[in-house]
Amino acid sequence: MKHLLSTGSLSHKQAVRILDTAGQMAATQAREIKKLPTLRGRTVVNLFFEDSTRTRISFETAAKRLSADVINFSAKGSSVSKGESLKDTALTLQAMGADAVVIRHHASGAPHTLAHSGWTNGAVINAGDGTHQHPTQALLDAYTLRRHLTGGGDPSGRDLAGLRVAIVGDVLHSRVARSNVQLLHTLGADVTLVAPPTLLPVGVEAWPAEVSYHLDEVIDTKPDAIMMLRVQRERMSSSGGGFFPSPLEYTRGYGLDARRLAAMPDHAIVLHPGPMNRGLEISADAADSPRAVIVEQVANGVAVRMAVLYLLLSGNESNETKVDA
Amino acid sequence: MSTGRKYLLQNVAPYGGERTTVLLADGVIAAIGTDVTDDDATIIDGRGLVLLPGLVDLHTHLREPGREDAETIRTGTRAAALGGFTAVHAMANTTPTQDTAGVVEQVWSLGREAGWADVHPIGAVTVGLEGERLAELGAMAESKAQVRVFSDDGKCVHDPVLMRRALEYVKAFDGVVAQHAQEPRLTEGAQMHEGIVSAELGLAGWPAVAEEAIIARDVLLAEHVGSRLHVCHLSTAGSVEIIRWAKSRGIDVTAEVTPHHLILTDELARGYDPTFKVNPPLRTQRDVEAVRAGLADGTIDIVATDHAPHTREDKDCEWAAAAFGMTGLETALSVVQETMVDTGRLTWADVARVLSETPARIGRVSDHGRPIAVGEPANLVLVDPAARRVINPDEQATKSGNSPFRGRDLSGCVVATFLRGRATVMGGASCDEDVVARA
Ligand SMILES: [Zn+2]
Repeated sequence: MKHLLSTGSLSHKQAVRILDTAGQMAATQAREIKKLPTLRGRTVVNLFFEDSTRTRISFETAAKRLSADVINFSAKGSSVSKGESLKDTALTLQAMGADAVVIRHHASGAPHTLAHSGWTNGAVINAGDGTHQHPTQALLDAYTLRRHLTGGGDPSGRDLAGLRVAIVGDVLHSRVARSNVQLLHTLGADVTLVAPPTLLPVGVEAWPAEVSYHLDEVIDTKPDAIMMLRVQRERMSSSGGGFFPSPLEYTRGYGLDARRLAAMPDHAIVLHPGPMNRGLEISADAADSPRAVIVEQVANGVAVRMAVLYLLLSGNESNETKVDA
Repeated sequence: MSTGRKYLLQNVAPYGGERTTVLLADGVIAAIGTDVTDDDATIIDGRGLVLLPGLVDLHTHLREPGREDAETIRTGTRAAALGGFTAVHAMANTTPTQDTAGVVEQVWSLGREAGWADVHPIGAVTVGLEGERLAELGAMAESKAQVRVFSDDGKCVHDPVLMRRALEYVKAFDGVVAQHAQEPRLTEGAQMHEGIVSAELGLAGWPAVAEEAIIARDVLLAEHVGSRLHVCHLSTAGSVEIIRWAKSRGIDVTAEVTPHHLILTDELARGYDPTFKVNPPLRTQRDVEAVRAGLADGTIDIVATDHAPHTREDKDCEWAAAAFGMTGLETALSVVQETMVDTGRLTWADVARVLSETPARIGRVSDHGRPIAVGEPANLVLVDPAARRVINPDEQATKSGNSPFRGRDLSGCVVATFLRGRATVMGGASCDEDVVARA
C-alpha cells in the first residue's frame, strides 16, 4: 500500500492485515507505556480543509503513539481559507518533508488528486473527502464488528463472513456508508442500506448491498449489527434540499429508539460514527444502552489509524503489499 | 481580395467520391475536372485526400474579451484552421458579455484581423447572461457582425416566459435561439452525470432529466410560437428521443452533439481528473450509442465542438473546484471520422453536411458550407483519412491544454485548409501568421 484513498481498492488480504495490525496496536495500548518508537523521525501532517476535531485528534494520537512528529495544518485561520489551493498547500507540505499526509477535504476525490498529482511524495491517507470515502472509519467499524461478533477470543485472521449489517440513514451524503459498503462486502458481510428513497443515491443499485426503505422490516430480519448514520437537520429545509418533511417524521421512520432496540437480537450491537444527533437518528436510550459500542469505536479508531500509519510508513513492510489502494 | 496565389489540388476526392483536380483562384473554385491544369498554380498532390467544404463550428468559446489567458481570438481561430474550420461561431459568455452591438462588433473585427477563420459572434439572449431581461437582440442583428445565433450558453434560459419571448423576437431577423438545456434547480452543485459512477465517487449528480425536461419544454414552446430552435450539445439518449419526436411533428428544431459526447463516457471521472469535467457531463455508453445513432439517422443535425479552453490553474485542482469544459477544435474531425466514418455510419458527404453545410445554414452564414462547385467561394479543407496521430495538447495551437484526448491515437488529419482561396493550413501546419493576417 502506498496510499489509503478508498476501501474499494483494499483486497481481502490487505483489509484483514490492517485489522490484525490494529489488534496488535490495541494490545500495546493496554500497557503502561503506550508509546512505540516505530515512526521516530517521520513526519505526519494532518491537513484538514474541513473541521473535524475528533478525527484530527484520533490521527494525531495515533501518530504520536508511534513517535512520529505531527504537524496540524488546519484550513481555519490559515491561508487555505483565503483560497490557497490544494496544490500550493501540498507543495508547502512537501517542502516541509511530510512522510504522510492525512487529508480531510470537502471535495470528493481531493485525496485522490493529491496522491496522483506529483505534488507530494508522502503517503496520502484519506480522512474523509466530500461524500466519497472515509476509509479509516470503515476499518474501525469493521474492527469493532470483528471484535464483538466473530466468536470471541483473539479474532486475528478472521473476516466478517456471514455477518448481517444494516446501515441506516443519510446514505446519499455519507462517505461512511460508501466506505463501509465496500469494505464490509470485501470482508464477506451482507449489508442492507436503510433510508428514505430521497437519501439514497441514484446508482445505488450497482452497490454490493441490499436496499430497504423500512427499518422495522430490516430489524425483523435480525441483523447482527445496526450502524446509524448522522443526519443533518438542515437536509429537511428547502434550501438544504428538502430530503424529508420533518425531523419528527424522520425519527418515526428511521430513528433507533428503545422499541426498535428491544426488537433486535440479543447479541446485536449498535454503531454510530459520531457525532450523534440524539433524538433525531438515535434516541438517548439506544445511544447509552450496553449494546451501543459507540465509545469503544473511538478507542478502536486510534488503534486502526496506528495500524494504517504503521503499514504505510514502516519501510520494507510496504513492499509486501504494494498496491495503490 | 485576391492573394495572387493559385492552388491546383490534383487527384483529390471531393466528398470522398471520384478523384478529380480542383483549381482555386481569385478566392473561388475556378475549375474542376480531371484535365484541369494551370502553370502558375501551386500544385498539391491530393492522392488519397478527401476534399470537403471548410468546416463551420456553431459552438466555440474563444474567451476574448476577458479571458485572454485561456484563449484569444487569434489562437482560437488558428486552432480552428488547423482543425479544418473556416468559420466559427464565438459564444457569448465573454467578459464583458457579448450582449451589445459594441461587443459583438469588437469580436467580429478581431476575427477579421486574425484572418485564420471567419468569426461570427453569437449574441447573448439576456443581459449579462443573467436570465432576467432580453439583451438588445435587434441591435446585435443589425450590427456589422450581423448576429443570427443567440445563446446564453453556459447558462440555460430557464424562465419559460423569457424563452418564449426570445424565440418570438428573433423571428424578425431570421435569428435562432441556441439553448444550453440545463434545468438549474435539478443541477445545483452538479459535478458529473448522475448514475452508477457518481454514486460511487460521491460527486453530485447532473441528471439526464435536467437536460431532457428543458428540451421537451422548448420544442413545445417553439411549436407554439412557430419559431426555430437550436439545441446545443445534446448528450442523452432521452434527448435524442425528444428531438426525434419533435421533428416528426414538424417542429423547426435543430440539434448538435459534441465530439466528446460521441466518444467519451462518465467512467473517465473515476480518476478525478478534471480534464474530463464538462457541461453537459460525459454520459454513459448507452447515451454515446444513442447520440451516434441520432447523428447517423439525421435526428441530430450537426456536430459542434463546444471548444472550451481553460487555463491550467482552472483544471489543476480538485474536481469540484475545476472549471467545466474541454478543447475540441483540433480533434473534432478526427473524432467524427473515428466514431462515424470509420464505422460506416456516415459518408464523407454526410460529414460535409454535419460539420459544414448544416451549421452554416443554421447560423445563416451564406458563404460557408457551400457546394464544391465552380464559382463557389474557395472555403475548403483537405483531409487525409488514412493518417493516424497521437494527440499532444502541448503541441496544439489552442492556448489551453485541456484536451481530453491527450495521448490518444485518433484517425485522420487535416492536410490543408483554404479560406477564400488562401491557405491557412498547409502540410498539416499553420501557414505564416503575417501572410494569413495581411490577406
Ligand atoms: Zn453549453
